[in-house]
This record gives sequence, C-alpha cells and structure tokens, in this order.
Amino acid sequence: MNDPAIIAEDLVFAWPGHAPVLDISRLDLARGETLFLRGPSGSGKSTLLGLIAGVLKAGSGRLDVLGHDMNSLSGAARDRLRADHLGVIFQIFNLVPYLSVTGNVTLPLLFSPERKKRVGADAAAEARRLLARLGLEGEDLLSRRVSDLSVGQQQRVAAARALIGAPDIVIADEPTSAMDSDTRDRFIRLLKEEAGAAGSALLFVSHDLSLASHFDRAVSLGDINRAKVAA
Amino acid sequence: MSALLSLAWRSLMNRKGSVLLTLMAVALSVALFLGVEKARTGAREGFDSTISGTHLIVGAPTGSVNLLLYSVFRMGNATAEISWPTYEQIAARPDIEWTIPVSLGDSHRGFRVLGTNHSYFEHYKYGRNASLRIAEGEEFSDLFDAVIGADVARELGYTVGTPLILSHGLGTADFGAGHENRPFRVSGILAPTGTPVDRTVHVSLEAITAIHVGWESGAKNPLSDSISEETIRGFNLTPKTVTVVFVGLKNPGTILRTRREINTNKGEALMAIMPGEALKELWSVTAMAERALMAVSVFVIAVGVVSILTSILTSLNERRREMSILRATGARPGHVFGLLTLEAGLVGFLGALAGIVIVHVLIAIAGPMVTQRYGISLGGTGPGYMDVMVLAGVTLASLLAGAVPAWAAFRRSLADGLSVRL
Ligand SMILES: Nc1ncnc2c1ncn2[C@@H]1O[C@H](COP(=O)(O)OP(=O)(O)OP(=O)(O)O)[C@@H](O)[C@H]1O
Ligand SMILES: [Mg+2]
Repeated sequence: MNDPAIIAEDLVFAWPGHAPVLDISRLDLARGETLFLRGPSGSGKSTLLGLIAGVLKAGSGRLDVLGHDMNSLSGAARDRLRADHLGVIFQIFNLVPYLSVTGNVTLPLLFSPERKKRVGADAAAEARRLLARLGLEGEDLLSRRVSDLSVGQQQRVAAARALIGAPDIVIADEPTSAMDSDTRDRFIRLLKEEAGAAGSALLFVSHDLSLASHFDRAVSLGDINRAKVAA
Repeated sequence: MSALLSLAWRSLMNRKGSVLLTLMAVALSVALFLGVEKARTGAREGFDSTISGTHLIVGAPTGSVNLLLYSVFRMGNATAEISWPTYEQIAARPDIEWTIPVSLGDSHRGFRVLGTNHSYFEHYKYGRNASLRIAEGEEFSDLFDAVIGADVARELGYTVGTPLILSHGLGTADFGAGHENRPFRVSGILAPTGTPVDRTVHVSLEAITAIHVGWESGAKNPLSDSISEETIRGFNLTPKTVTVVFVGLKNPGTILRTRREINTNKGEALMAIMPGEALKELWSVTAMAERALMAVSVFVIAVGVVSILTSILTSLNERRREMSILRATGARPGHVFGLLTLEAGLVGFLGALAGIVIVHVLIAIAGPMVTQRYGISLGGTGPGYMDVMVLAGVTLASLLAGAVPAWAAFRRSLADGLSVRL
C-alpha cells in the first residue's frame, strides 16, 4: 500500500449556521510520517482532526484517510475506520474515570474486533507493555484511580491507548499543553518512538511553535486554510 | 453488548452513592406494588381455600357476604338463628346428601366455640377437598368433650384431657363470663389446616344447649348454678336452634333449584348461599379499593422509573467528556446510546430485584402474623409469575426511560465532534 495516510484537497467545513472555519487547499500525511500542525486557538485545528477522525463530515472537497474517501463513507463506516485504524489523544482529561489504567488503554479494543485481533489474546499484557515503554510501571501505579494520576501520567496512559493495536494514524490534539517543558519533551520523544515502533503516522497539533523541531515536517494551518476565522 | 454491559456496570459503580439512592426508590416502589398485589392474591387464595365441598350455606336472612363471613371465617355475628324443626326439614330434603348443623356464639379465651355433630368431621372440607383430621385424641363423645383446633392447642398449651371453661358471648375474658359451672375437657386436637378451623373449639350441639340451661332469657339465671351436672345430663338436650347449616347435595346440578326452594321456604324465612359466589361478591366489594391501591402503586413505580431518567439526565453534562472519549476511541453513536440505556436498565433491573427480595422477606415475616390473627394462611405468595412480570416490566420501562437521556447524548455526540468539552 503506497497510498498516503491522509490527503485533503479543497476541504471545506462549516459548523451548522456559521461561516466555514476550514477551507484547506492541501494537506497530506505519508504513512509512518510525523507531522506537526500549528495554528492559533480557535483556528480550527480540533475541527480538522474531527474531520480526519470521521466524527465530522466535510461540506465539500476531498478527504482521503487510508485510501477511503471520507466524504462518501457512511457515518458507521467512518466510525469503523476510526475504531480500527486511528488513535486519538486529547489535550487534557483523556481518561474514562470509572475504568482502571489498563481498562482505559484497552478501551478501543471494545469497539474494534479487528484491532483486538491485532493485539492478540492477552490485551492487558500488551497494555502493560505499552505503559511500561512509556515509563508507567508497577502494581501501585497501575491500580490507582486514573483521576489520581498526574497530568503527565494521564497523558502517557492516553498515548498508550492511542497506540494499542498499532493503528495506522495517531492524532494528538495538543496533548502536552498542560505539561511543563521537561515532561513535555520527554512525552513527545516517547510518543514519537512508540508511533515509530508501531509503524503509525503521527499528526501532532499544537499552537506552540517551539515543538516543531521534534517532527519530520511542520505545517501552519494558517498557510493552508483559506477560510478567514475571527479567532 | 457484553462489553457495553461491563462499561455500564463500571460507570454505575463509579457513581455508587446516587445510583444506590435511585435503586432504593425503584426497590421500594416495586415492593409496594408487589406487596399490594400479593396481599390481594394471598388473601383471595387463603379465603378461597378455606371451604370446599360445601354446596350451600343456609342461615337466617342477612347479607350473603355477612353469612359467609360469620359461618366460615368466624368474623362478625349472626343476627338470627334457625329453629331446630326447620333444620330438620332441610336435612330431610331428598336432594340433600348431608348437612352440618352449626351453632355459634360462645367463645373460649378469644377462640370461637362451634357446636356441631359428627357430620362436621365427616363432611367439612377445605383447600382441595381435604378432610379434617384428628391428630391427637378423638372426636367428642361425652357431653362435655371438646375438639380443639391446632392453633388453640398450640397457643393455649392444651393437650388431650385439659379442662376448659367456655364463656358466653365472644369476650376474651376468662372469668365471670358465664359458663364456669360447666367445665369441658379436651378430647381431641385437630391437625393444622391453615383455616379458621385451627382457631375454633368444637363441641357437640347438645353441649351448647347444656351450657345455656338457665340462660333462656338471654342472661344468666342466678338459679342456674344450682342445677347440677347430673340433672343437666338428664334433660332433653336437643338443640332449639342452630346458627347455620352447611349443605352437601346429592347432585350438584340441582344447586340453583335447591337454593331457590330454600330461599322461598314457606315457614321460617331462610337464606341459602353458594360459598364461591358469596366470595366473589366479597371480592367485588374490595375490588374498588384494590384497584385504587394498584393504581397508586403503579404510579409510585412510574415515579421510581422517572427517577432513573432524571438521575442519568442530570449526570449527562458532567459525562459529556466521557462520551467524547468513547467516541474518539471508536464508539459509534449507537454505543453511546446503548451505554446509557443499559445503565438505566441495570438500575431498573437491580432495583426491581431488590424490591422483590424485600417483599418476600416481608411476607415471610407478616404471613404467620396474618395466619395467627385470622387463621387464614396467605396462598400463592411465593416467588412466581408475578415477580418475573414485574421484573421484566420495570426493566423494560427503565430501558425506555433511559432512551431519553441516551437520545440526548446520542444527538450531542453527533454534534460535538472530537473536541472534548467540560
Ligand atoms: N460544536 C461546535 N459548534 C459550533 N461551532 C464550533 C463548534 N466547535 C468549534 N466551533 C467553532 O469552530 C472554530 C474552530 O474551533 P476549534 O475547536 O477547531 O479550534 P482549535 O484550533 O482547536 O482551538 P484551540 O487551540 O483553542 O483548541 C471556533 O471558532 C469554534 O468556536
Ligand atoms: Mg482544539
């Protein structure tokens, strides 16, 4: 498969009753590539990730994700694609409060039999392996309520969840904005390493330009977005 | 499905406190509903199984429910009696196979005394045509013999041979009640029946006549104590009256004609009732109150189910983020919908289950108390069809109620996109 992970062309999206927030001339992400997408607050970064994840549907233009034309897929098919092939990390509060640490990591496997198959029989062991790779180890830590973990620890749990079952694309929506710079750099390094190990492409979104150097390539949303947003 | 169920379960456990309160509301409402229902059916079955095999009950004219209540259930009093010649006339009718003459009106320490003859032990049937059985001792043979019901023996600690004194009227007092000059002796104890028979003292009709020698005016003649037992034994003790007559027909097909003929009797005015029909009449009297109670308890259940809905609806805002996370990790909007309906269904199911347990515990405690008070053992109150129906009904109603917040979350999860909101 040579098709790129993501191709967007002339992609227009407007929230119902509003002017378009996105009019993307072109954006692409190769398989296994790490891309840094920058843009100020309110510029539509999260919205764009919603389109890529298939939770939102574009008004017009082209959006191919893993060779699927997202604009012609049904909602259910887009949900399936996301469940099987995407990992998502949010800015903060990534975890389901009533699940254990490993329960949170294996959550995507509940919704994707295909991904569960890729992980193999012992999902909890794979979750612990990923957590250990991200520096979270020990019975004491893993048995804590997720709300008792530090922000950095929570984000690493979220990263493990995004990476479990080796998805083709990991999208991270400002996952480091609540961290101090040391924790942040270490987190990005680990995330990149593990995405590389899993063969996942990484689309990393932030307003913080100083992070751009960690990635293969950096794009500014302002440069590719023709829609004028009053941010 | 099972994955969602385990999610729903964990989510509920995470909100134990408020979930437990909602669960209690459902449990209590279900307990109220089932309690009313079981008291109703239990009382019916208990009453219905108190008498069987008797085709007609004949007494002086009164309400048919009243006649049934005092003759079979020992509740209330007869207002008039039937004369002995009239009883003999009835007993001699060719369409009648057997009769049980019964004389009521006295008591012993709160238990009613029933005067009758051998026919009672032979023909009186209860439940599914079960006959009375003497567990200990024997039928009365001497004038001052008494056969007591199982509860009388147990509660008063009587055994065969224990002497007892009857009191005139239905007072519970031991002394000064009137018949202390005519002591009786327990000759037999009946096996338990779960009917008012267990709380009855049975003596012969002649004994009833004997203890009322000197009472002809209705009050005790001061001279009556001077009449010795020997003298009384020498009297003609044929009863002057009986209170009711239980009748068994040769051919049940003639029941309507026999009843009509007795009701239109030329001499003394009589009233014949069919026990089953009188019971139906009794239930039609109570049906209104039952329906009102049922309606109230159904509404209470509805309130319980609505409380599930509200509790989930109010939790929805703080769970908006959770829904976004689930969506991001691959949940379809249908999963979000399913999760919330399942949570509601689980609370409904567990609440109803708890309610059913509460009711059965209460019945286990209250049943014997009712039996002790009225001699009627509640029937059909064990776990059964009704419990399953209520469990299924409440669970279904809760799932439906859960669909309301679930739909709200479903719509929102479509509109929110991937952005996580607080
Ligand atoms: N559900 C929604 N309905 C209507 N408008 C929305 C909705 N979500 C976002 N918007 C609007 O779309 C625009 C882009 O929002 P978005 O969340 O994509 O910005 P962002 O670049 O991710 O910002 P930030 O860096 O603050 O997260 C904003 O103007 C926002 O008000
Ligand atoms: Mg954003």
